[in-house]
Amino acid sequence: MKADAPILDAREVTLQYKTRDSLVTATHRVSFEVMPGERTILLGPSGCGKSTLLKAIAGFIRPAEGQILLHGKPVTRPGPDRMMVFQEFDQLLPWKTVRENISFPLLINGVGRREADDRALAYIEKVNLTKFRDAYTHTLSGGMKQRVAIARALAMEPGILLMDEPFAALDALTRQKMQAELLELWASIRCAMVFVTHSIDEAILIGSRIVVLSPHPGRVRAELNCGRFGFDNQGSAEFGALRRRIQTMLFGDAFVDAGEDHG
Amino acid sequence: MDNASTGLDYHDRPERDVALAAAEQVGDAAQPLPLVARLANTMFLRRSAVLLLLAVLWEGYAEYADNELMFPSLVDTLRALWDVTVTGEILSRVWTSVRVLLIGYSVGLGVAALLTFMAVSTRFGADVLSTLTSMFNPLPALATLPLALLWFGLGLPSLVFVITQSVVWTISLNTLTGFQSVSETLRMAGQNFGLRGVGYVTRLLVPAAFPLILTGLKLGWAFAWRTLIGAELIFGVTSRSGGLGWFIFENRTQLETPRVFAGLLVVILIGLAVETLIFRTIENRTVRKWGMQR
Repeated sequence: MKADAPILDAREVTLQYKTRDSLVTATHRVSFEVMPGERTILLGPSGCGKSTLLKAIAGFIRPAEGQILLHGKPVTRPGPDRMMVFQEFDQLLPWKTVRENISFPLLINGVGRREADDRALAYIEKVNLTKFRDAYTHTLSGGMKQRVAIARALAMEPGILLMDEPFAALDALTRQKMQAELLELWASIRCAMVFVTHSIDEAILIGSRIVVLSPHPGRVRAELNCGRFGFDNQGSAEFGALRRRIQTMLFGDAFVDAGEDHG
Repeated sequence: MDNASTGLDYHDRPERDVALAAAEQVGDAAQPLPLVARLANTMFLRRSAVLLLLAVLWEGYAEYADNELMFPSLVDTLRALWDVTVTGEILSRVWTSVRVLLIGYSVGLGVAALLTFMAVSTRFGADVLSTLTSMFNPLPALATLPLALLWFGLGLPSLVFVITQSVVWTISLNTLTGFQSVSETLRMAGQNFGLRGVGYVTRLLVPAAFPLILTGLKLGWAFAWRTLIGAELIFGVTSRSGGLGWFIFENRTQLETPRVFAGLLVVILIGLAVETLIFRTIENRTVRKWGMQR
């Protein structure tokens, strides 16, 4: 494989799902690429099919049209080469401790008990949960649960990390802290990542590239670079300009004055 | 004060910025409750108090009624219980019943496991199970006893048949409901790890549905126990020795009422023992520890 080959290649992907009495088109011919080490954000309002798209990448949904290539091969079913972090706190297994939760996927995939445990402990330390390594998950706060889920995904050392609004259910202060922690963690791993969010600020902060999706059905409205932005220049005029540009893309001029997005 | 710029009336009050002392200097954030309050929180003590009250009421009424044939006192009952215990009679009766029960329960458990596994593997299996459970769950297992007697005759197979009946549907129904109530996120997480087939069921669905599976096991046990005693009361002896139900029936025909009471007491005690010693221990070590049940 060439060094500049995309890790993930979505080509003209149309996704549909059935409700009780109709067939809904979630995305219409969506194409984008994720290059190695890129933090790609799927951003859009509800109804733009961003979560459905992520589930298709994860292998839970088959495209009705087009294809999703991972390392050049079509995605056909879920697998641990694309570890996913969900929004819901109940993604952790309540019958396992923090440590067992993280080593579980490793053990399933043939990593030895000793090594799985070592790796679990290493990643627990990375997310600052060493004190809670033997705790059952119901004793953890929402933010801690999401940290466990992130550690669990990273411990598999997947080719690509999928995150479905992982911080959306957290309170604003915890969310901000988690965003900073995720960036720090990413800097030590530098894996490719697809991150779904509906918060413009979160998109600009976390991402290096934003795929803006428009709703009903989801189509690619724009692809933007935002790797130069982080917490240190969140207040800058340039950051604000990009935020306004995205807002205009999503809502038209009418919404621009309504101002801040509390990502 | 300049209120003009926002158009909203406001009035600045002095701000506060307090340098906090270290948290340890504030004192203990958690303090132990007083002894009486902690004792009142012990379920064992509270239950014992209720039992004591019941014993006093029993003894009081028996004293008042003064008719050993109809309503023996607690003391008479305990004496009768002691008599049949030292002769070893009650123990052999209990063993006869428990043995039959364990056989029936295990067979029921096996059948239930098979049915639910089929139900999660194929849609047809799910349809079969839900149809069967909705048909047979409302049917008291004892109602099939006459048929069992016709097919298998007097003896162990008939008892095992009715007990299996009483266990299978409850356990299957609860297990299937448990599987169905496993959240979509947890299912997707499991598949994401690469779990499939038998591993997906045993390593994800079963533990995730364990609270309901355990409820099914408990209900199944209670049904089996009732069904067994009922069946023994109806036709009594299996091969040579009778069980507890037969013991109760036999002593009633001989007007040994204290022994009837003693037999009933043993039925209750065994039920309680299984509930508290076995099922509660399992609960404490699993679903309670995992925070899946209070």
